[in-house]
Formats: sequence, structure tokens, C-alpha cells
Amino acid sequence: MTETLAIQTPHVGHASEPSAASGSAPQHSVVFDVRDLVVHYGAFTAVREVDLKIHPNEITAFIGPSGCGKSTVLRCFNRMNDTIKGARVEGTVNYRGVDLYGANVSATQVRKHVGMVFQKPNPVPKSIYENVAYGPRLAGLRNKGELDAIVEASLRGAALWDDVKDRLKSSALGLSGGQQQRLCIGRALAVQPDVILMDEPCSALDPIATARIEDLMQELKAKNTIIIVTHSMQQAARVSDRTAFFTTEVNEANDRRTGVLVEYDRTDRMFANPSDARTEAYVTGRFG
Amino acid sequence: MTLTINDLKSKKQYADKSFSVIVLLGGTTILVILAVIAYTITNRSTDAFRIAGFKFFTGQKFVPNGTPPALGILKYIFGTALTSLIAIVLAVPISLGLALYTTQVAPQWLKKPLVALTDLVAVVPSVVFGLWGIIYLAPKITTLYKHISDLCDGVPVLGSIFGKVGSGRSFMTAGLILAVMITPIITSIAREVIETCPQTDRDGALALGATRWEMITGAVMPHSIGGIVGAIMLGLGRAMGETIAVALVIGSSAAITSNLFSSGDSLPAVIALQWGEANATAKSALIAMGLTLFVMTLVVNFAATAIVTRSTKRMQGAA
Repeated sequence: MTETLAIQTPHVGHASEPSAASGSAPQHSVVFDVRDLVVHYGAFTAVREVDLKIHPNEITAFIGPSGCGKSTVLRCFNRMNDTIKGARVEGTVNYRGVDLYGANVSATQVRKHVGMVFQKPNPVPKSIYENVAYGPRLAGLRNKGELDAIVEASLRGAALWDDVKDRLKSSALGLSGGQQQRLCIGRALAVQPDVILMDEPCSALDPIATARIEDLMQELKAKNTIIIVTHSMQQAARVSDRTAFFTTEVNEANDRRTGVLVEYDRTDRMFANPSDARTEAYVTGRFG
Repeated sequence: MTLTINDLKSKKQYADKSFSVIVLLGGTTILVILAVIAYTITNRSTDAFRIAGFKFFTGQKFVPNGTPPALGILKYIFGTALTSLIAIVLAVPISLGLALYTTQVAPQWLKKPLVALTDLVAVVPSVVFGLWGIIYLAPKITTLYKHISDLCDGVPVLGSIFGKVGSGRSFMTAGLILAVMITPIITSIAREVIETCPQTDRDGALALGATRWEMITGAVMPHSIGGIVGAIMLGLGRAMGETIAVALVIGSSAAITSNLFSSGDSLPAVIALQWGEANATAKSALIAMGLTLFVMTLVVNFAATAIVTRSTKRMQGAA
């Protein structure tokens, strides 16, 4: 199973594919194909009936009010919901042709393809170098020279190299919040993931650090597919190619809230001309 | 409207002041008591040190009523160090395993009983462990000792560590009893330290493809190592100072040997057992042994604190 995960690169040599002039990946290839996704936490249904496709080399933003299930859906893409007791996932999450929740799929292997950056920067209390080298070491890499090269490449990729190249051996916790978050992005890049999930990566950062992360996301798009959960509609509008709007529906019977996907479209259309009244109310600030 | 200073004055300043006075008194009382203890013990030890000089620590003969009296406590220092070492070697892996199991692996329903059980073992009086050791463990375990001894016979190093078996009351039995005693303490503290590791740190490791074990070594351990060393030191302190349980099972015949199955003696056990019949010189020597033990625990503690501070400073960032 895991081998097929690794070699599913989209082929451009398809017969007479009327590919877009930009030369990007063909339209039919999707990274994630989510169908009828329902996530329960114990007896509580966190989000239900989500259908969406994530496209390669794009940034997809998940927006919506608190409790709408956007983070829950995000955590299905790398099976991080597995770590939550009582979490249960129904429906299918297809990742480049493989059902992520199928038998024989190992969550730890999935996470080597689908990296994640969290809301709060979470480097471990070790040196900057050790934080970045951690992932490759898990993958079995021991060679010092190769590790050095990966650490440098990853930190360059995270736009942090120039800040830290002279103090790789000092503690990661000595960095500023924005630097720590870029370190966490670098740490994720070090395992050469296909997809990077970002769960409100800028909510703990000041505007300048936020801008740097957003610039970085645009650079990463060339190689990676990014899905970002954000509370900031402005951020979604600025950085994303597509936006999914989630909201909550109250179940009258037990007064519990369940998240639903309201609308999913190209970001410019979502913000300029949404087709659902609830989306319009949210993006114009009349709700949420 | 004009305000006077009384309107903005803290209404609770008296409560605050009296609280800080009480806390200050509590703090100084402890320091005073410690100083008095240190002074008395040192003062009463001087006779022994004057008679034996530095040989007090290096001499192997302890005959305080001889002429001239021989006051060498090296064998007891050795016994204390060896039994504590055995206890730590046995207890640390078990405690860490138990702490990690309860916090990271055990299903929810098993957690509470496990915690309650370890805490229960922690409150068992040490004399009970000692009695159990002398009436049950020491006689029963000699069979096992003999097996190990036979197996290791003739093997270099191992043969001398697991040598001839005596009565069952030995360094090893004392070490075992101590290990049982300090395991719950180390487990409890380690468990609490490990539990403070934030979920976000663990998620960070898991999101990189770490297995549960890799997450523990990569995220939980760097976070908790200082506290875990502290827990081990607390356990070691208790093992070094434990008197009655050790006195019952160590065999009370001082020896310096690599053979763990041989009888020995330890500082606190000797102090407790010999105090009753001690003459003035002997009493001074026993008090000096107490002082020695006190200094040993202090040194171990300072060393551990230094190690922990240095490593956490380096790892958690001086900035």
C-alpha cells in the first residue's frame, strides 16, 4: 500500500490533454478526493457530509466560525484525528488514488507524505538543527553530510536559513514566535512532504511574521500542495486559490452543533460572488 | 470629584503584609532548623574526626571501644553506595516504564487504578518492607541467587559480581527492597512531569511520522528530562537514607566486595543498630557517620541539579 502512495505523480504525457496554457498539472488530477466525510467524537458528530477535492500546487483555505469542523476535516488528511480518543471517521479520503483510511494504511507513513504545521509553534526543546533533523532521522537517515544538506535546504525553504545559520546548535526555543513557526515549517519540509497542512499557522504571530509566512506559502506552492485553516478571511483572500466555507448547524433535538461544508469554489468567486447566502453573510462580515 | 489617597489604597494591604510575614517566618524557620542541625551534628562529630583524622573515611576497621579505638567507616559508605546503586539501577527503568505506560499507553479505564496502586505502595511504612524482606524475600530468594551464582561461576566480571551466596540477607536483597520502596516515588513524580508535556509538542512529533515510541523519545523526553532526573534524585536520596528496612535485610556484617550476594552494612543501619550500646567515642563516630551521609546526599543533589540546569539551559534556550 505504502509504495503506491509514493509513486503517484501525475503524468503529463496523456494523449491530447488540453492542458491549461500555464503548463500546470492537468485538471483531472487531484491530491485529495473527499467523499461523504463524517467525523464523530464519541457520540458527538463534529462534521458531516463533506465532499471536496484538493488540487495540486494550490493553496486551499478552510474558513468558517469556531466549531465548524474545519480543523477536524484538516486533521483527516494526515490522520491526526487518530490521536484523539473516541474520534471516528466515516466516508472516504482518497489521497492520490489511495484510501487513507483503508486497511493496511499506516498513519505514520501517511504523515511522511502529508506534513503539518500547528497553530502554536511547537519546536521541541532541542537545538535548531536537531528540530529539523528529527524527521529525516525518523526516516532512518544517519549520514551527517546528508543531514546537514537537508537541514540547510529545509531552513532555506522555510526562509529561516539566513537568520539561524550561525546558531544551528543553539536552542530552538530561543527564537522568536515567527522564527519558531518558520522552523516548524522547515521541520515539516525536511521530510519532503507532498502536502503541507497548516492549522491557523499565523494566529499566534504578529503582522510582519504573518506576512513572511504568507510569502513563504506562495513559494512552497511550486512544489507542495497547501491546505490552510484560518480564522482570518483577509488571509484566505490574500493567499488561497480556493476556499471552502464551513459553518455550524444546530441539531434541534440535542442542541449540539455539527459542522457542514457550505460552499467550495475558487477564492475570487467565493469572495466576490458567492452562491450561498450564508457564505455571503460570512465573507461580508454580517455573521461569524 | 476629588480623591484622597485612601480611596486608591489597597484595602487588603494588611492581609497581604501578614501573609508575607508568615511565609517569611516559615522559610527562615526551616533554614534555622537546618543550621542548628548542621551545627550540632558537626560539633558532636569533632571527637571522632580528631581521633581518626582522615582515616575516618578511608579506614576499614570500626572498633570504637578498642584501645586505641579504630574509627574507619569506608565499609559502611561502600554499603550505602552499593545498595543505593542497585536500587536505582532496578527502580529507574521500571519507574519510567510505568510512568510512560500510565501516561501514554494505558487505556483510560486502567489509568486511575494504576495511579492509585502506585501511590498506595508509596505510603507503605518502610519497616513493613523490611519485615517482609527478612521473613519472606531473603529466605526465598536465596534459591534464585544460587542459580545465578552457579550460572556465572567462572565467568569473568559476572562471576565476581554474582559470587558466593550467604544467608540471603545481602547487598542485593537490601537493594531489591530499596528498589521496591523508591519505585512508586520515582513513578509518581515522573508521571506528573511527563503529563505536563503539552499535546502540541506530541502532535508535532506525530505529524512528522513518528511512532508512539519515537514521539516519546523525541518530544516527551526532551521536555521532561529535568524533572525525571529530579525524581530519580529524590528516590536516590530516600534509598541512601533508608535505615530500618536496610538494617533488617543487609546482614549487618560489613564488607567491601564486588559480590552482591554477600552480607554488608550501611551507614544509617549501623547508626541505628549501634547507638544503644555506644560509649562516648562511638556516639561521636556514629554522629560523624550521620554527617557523612548528610554530605553525601547533598553532594548527589547538587551534582544532579547542576547537570539538569546545564542541560535545560542549553536546550530550552538562554535567550
